[in-house]
Amino acid sequence: MTAPLLQADCVSRTYGGGLLGAHTLALDGFSLSIGTGKPSITAVVGESGSGKTTLARVLLGLTTPTSGTVRYRGEDITRLSREARRAYRTDIQAIFQDPYGVFNPFYRVDHVLTTPVRKFGLASSRAEGRELIEQALRTVGLRPEEILGRYPHQLSGGQRQRTMVARALLLKPKIIIADEPVSMVDASLRATILGSLRRLTDEFGISILYITHDLATAWQVSDNIIVMYRATAVEAGSAETVVKSPAHPYTRLLVGSIPQVSLTRDWLSTEADAQRPGDRDAACRFADRCVSAMAVCRSERPLLSRIGPRHAAACHLHRQHAQLAAEDLNDVLA
Amino acid sequence: MSALAVRGLRVSFDHPLGLVRAVDDVSFDLRPNERFGLVGESGSGKSTMALAIMRMIRPPGHIDGGDILLGGKNLATLSAEDVRQTRLAGIAMVPQGSMNALNPVMRVGDQVADAMRDHDKKPVGIGALMARVGLPAGTADKYPHELSGGMKQRVCIAIAMCLRPTVIIADEPTSALDVVVQRQVMRTLADVQRDLNAAILLIGHDMGLMAQFVDRLGVMYAGRLVEIAPIAEIVRRPRHPYTEMLIASLPSMDHKDALRGIPGLAPLLRDLPSGCAFHPRCPKAQDRCAIERPEPREVESGVLVRCHFA
Repeated sequence: MTAPLLQADCVSRTYGGGLLGAHTLALDGFSLSIGTGKPSITAVVGESGSGKTTLARVLLGLTTPTSGTVRYRGEDITRLSREARRAYRTDIQAIFQDPYGVFNPFYRVDHVLTTPVRKFGLASSRAEGRELIEQALRTVGLRPEEILGRYPHQLSGGQRQRTMVARALLLKPKIIIADEPVSMVDASLRATILGSLRRLTDEFGISILYITHDLATAWQVSDNIIVMYRATAVEAGSAETVVKSPAHPYTRLLVGSIPQVSLTRDWLSTEADAQRPGDRDAACRFADRCVSAMAVCRSERPLLSRIGPRHAAACHLHRQHAQLAAEDLNDVLA
Repeated sequence: MSALAVRGLRVSFDHPLGLVRAVDDVSFDLRPNERFGLVGESGSGKSTMALAIMRMIRPPGHIDGGDILLGGKNLATLSAEDVRQTRLAGIAMVPQGSMNALNPVMRVGDQVADAMRDHDKKPVGIGALMARVGLPAGTADKYPHELSGGMKQRVCIAIAMCLRPTVIIADEPTSALDVVVQRQVMRTLADVQRDLNAAILLIGHDMGLMAQFVDRLGVMYAGRLVEIAPIAEIVRRPRHPYTEMLIASLPSMDHKDALRGIPGLAPLLRDLPSGCAFHPRCPKAQDRCAIERPEPREVESGVLVRCHFA
């Protein structure tokens, strides 16, 4: 079996500590492989502080794990040869949340597109480079004449974000890690940008790790969903199963908290989460908010159980099922 | 009588290329105890409208027409000092992004006290006020950086309610919060509204939130209200094609189908399309739409639409 293209192997990351203050655990023994088998979109869903952005940064090599290893084609990314490192930087592309921060306001938009063409020698001539750029822009539904030659402030947020998708495309990556790519754009544009991400997977065979706090868009666009809560995966599986038959009380809370356009108006009145600050230090990190917490949740940390062929959850409610080791999380993902 | 009546409101910005009208001839009523929503894409003028109602538009922007009637006063023409007195006491705002609304070097309790003192009220009952918005005891002594996003937003609600206004404007109060916290904060806002017998003007772009929270909804496009209707009507039968597309662009949890965005871009306010501003993006547009600007029509009792074909 060949090594997965990108793999987090039991990765942990803590922040803070030092002389004062406690450590904050951002990622706790997390394992995931991307780019094995059929191209797919895997969503990592969680609230702020769940560790989802840390996961993205660790996979991109922007944050060093406190323990564990990130591997590219089986090799530790911190020990890649010059050549392998270049391949890693080409194969794995990132799209970030803020389509404002990534542009230098003094340069024309072209700059973010021509730089990768130049640095990675993607084109043999200026004209060929231009053609590549125009093609990438068209792929994400932009008209090159409306984008090129302009300054970032002259584009809308949606145009800027799609330009970043086009930039990622230029390098013909195998994996795109998209950290909240649509949280700063309007609902009406979200659908368009997510639609273009879906096309990248279906038509160009690019696997995408879609990091978001929005379970609804995760369900719409992804094949798999991993739900994170305070540094670990609490539920994972096919998008359909996780959203339609959520097994973990936290996922149930998330699903129930999404306001729906419907004539049934029970969103405000439904009481869905418990508030037991006393259980803050329980073994299960969700116990203080869980409506189903039991005595065992305070003393014993729940491990992942395999509930179905493509469904796993870390909750004592499902402890009758066979255990799934954290490093085998991929077994329930397609 | 309305809690707030906006009549023919216009807000313009001076721009080197000419006058930009961000809010154009907007009229609506906020009934007592009502929750009224305003939705639209960014740039539709909804936040500008909120600022205009609070008389907080700064140059180069200015209100250049219309009335904002609040309890017998016209906020559009009131003197600056009278406006200052009315803010908070008569009409208060929960801002977008509470993280930037609070003073980072001042304890949050003192910020509430400050707001009260500024209106010649004795700063008493701050602990009770904090408890009312669901903040744990001792929060008043904390600094903003010690609080989570949801807690900061609650502090902003506490400030907004401290002088018991009759109208609260909430401008995307939960756009920076995750869904679980969003619901808690919206519930607090609803509780506060009940306590004060106030009306709420909720501004945002999330149709789901609107459908679950407001009683009536106004839909803004390019500075104009294109539809006003009771929320159940909007959900059951959106009349304006734009409203319909706004709803369709929201990912539904019931059925998974191709994501449908709204094609095209929101128009530039300084260069609006002729006729109906939505016609270049409208699937139902006819020749007439490019020429003739639709005026609001009451197509049914309580349902106002600006569309030739509604």
